[in-house]
Amino acid sequence: MPKTGFLFSIPYLFLTACFFVIPLLLVIWFGFMPPKTFSLWQLPTFTNYSFIFSQAYIKSLGWSFLLAICTVILLLLICYPLAFAMAKVFKSSATFLTYAIAASLFIPENIRLFGWVIGLMKNGIIGGTLKLFGFQTDSLLYNIPVILLGMCYVYLPFMLFPLVLGIKMIPDQVREAAFDLGASPWQVFSKIDLPLSMPGITIGSVLVFVLSIGAIAEAKILGGQAIVVIAADIETEFTYGQNWPLGSALSTLLLLATLSLVFFVLAKINLAKILGKSEH
Amino acid sequence: MQYKFQFSKILLSLYASLILAVFYFPVFSTAVASLSEKRYFSFPYPTKDLTFRWYREALNSAQVRTYVFTSLKIAALTTILSLSIGFFAALAYARYSWGAQKFFHKLVLLPLFLPQSVIGLALLLWFNFLGIQPTWWTAAIAHTVWIAPIATLIIAIQAYSLDHSLEEAAADLGASQFLILLRITLPLLKPAIISAGCFCVLLSWGNFALSLYTTGADSTLPEWLYARMTSGYQPIIPAIGVLSVFVAILAVTLTFAILARAKNKVKV
Repeated sequence: MPKTGFLFSIPYLFLTACFFVIPLLLVIWFGFMPPKTFSLWQLPTFTNYSFIFSQAYIKSLGWSFLLAICTVILLLLICYPLAFAMAKVFKSSATFLTYAIAASLFIPENIRLFGWVIGLMKNGIIGGTLKLFGFQTDSLLYNIPVILLGMCYVYLPFMLFPLVLGIKMIPDQVREAAFDLGASPWQVFSKIDLPLSMPGITIGSVLVFVLSIGAIAEAKILGGQAIVVIAADIETEFTYGQNWPLGSALSTLLLLATLSLVFFVLAKINLAKILGKSEH
Repeated sequence: MQYKFQFSKILLSLYASLILAVFYFPVFSTAVASLSEKRYFSFPYPTKDLTFRWYREALNSAQVRTYVFTSLKIAALTTILSLSIGFFAALAYARYSWGAQKFFHKLVLLPLFLPQSVIGLALLLWFNFLGIQPTWWTAAIAHTVWIAPIATLIIAIQAYSLDHSLEEAAADLGASQFLILLRITLPLLKPAIISAGCFCVLLSWGNFALSLYTTGADSTLPEWLYARMTSGYQPIIPAIGVLSVFVAILAVTLTFAILARAKNKVKV
């Protein structure tokens, strides 16, 4: 029934059109309004963009980009062995791991980050324990590695679960056949596992990249004043700064960075197939 | 070969345990800190400093209660909106095939791939343009934009494995399309709808980035916690943290209990 499908999609289409597409177009338009104004009906100008490129904002954008790339690479390295174990090696413990990690998604992100603050602050859990053994440490917080730790920690599930789905798609027979024909573990990994689990790798990487480039809480709660990320700059412009057009222009740049990646991925990946497949 | 495989399995198990330990370390340290009497936490503390004082303060604080209430209101509205939109969207996604379905698949994914704070502030601009004062329900709309796709995907996974013959049989027996939807499709998808509902409530409850710009004068619990955290350590924060972990555990357990009951009913 071709008509029913369209009919049923209408509520979602309405939601997306009214509260997603139009507002985003508005952000882009607002980025071309004169600075420190609140009206939409003015002559478009490039003032905001030239201002951004002459100031430290470009540094924040760079930091966010760098942190996002590092988070993706670290999480790929951390999660791949675990995902492989969950998809191919573990049996009942894989289900347990899935629940244990998925459950963390339900604890507000801010609270989990605050747990790290308590763990790492001066005389915190780690510092206090080290002191018992005679090591005096200062606060381990407020630096860039800690921000990275926080991002990896918060976004780990978003890398892990797509990877597990992707690795599950590798047929066991193909791996066994390769081993029987004398392939080394490295060859099996690089010639079979990696290419066949690529959909999962791509989805996980893009998801983590997008989430971390727009992240704000990690850098503020764990990083203190160490660096300023782009999302923090945007927040400042929309709150204390009261410069909405500038905030919009910064958001547009952030959107551009993510959308170009996302369109590339959405064009390549057929998630319907992965979702439908995993059920049978 | 067998020996080697066992060895790598043990290594992988060790690795998984390590990850899990690191993963739950913050929850553990939050719990430890929440029980300390001292205003400035330092570890280790003497057992005489153990106290439930901060829990009492958190539970008795009228301020905290207001934030919890706002968060719950938003979560409830988000769940209702996301489930009703997601149910139909999932059927359009997985059950029927139609012209623009491929495009629709991508449209469902798109909001998940954009930074939440940008979606939030876009809505702030939009509501401002429409002359709507941001308040708790505008935040619920922002949450729905991001959470309805998740509900759609969860329900769609089950809709893929839906047995078409049951719906067809009902149609052959003369049931109207509405009756089929109500009596066949909806009950068959019930488990997925319940778990989607669980996701909706909890993701909305814990969300910060979408609320940041869209709650206006109202404030949710995560927003308030964030404001407190960035202004320094306060012993009431870990207590609230642990309490909200309990809420999450309770919600998940409840969902599983309902799901198990629903499963048993189908078997009978």
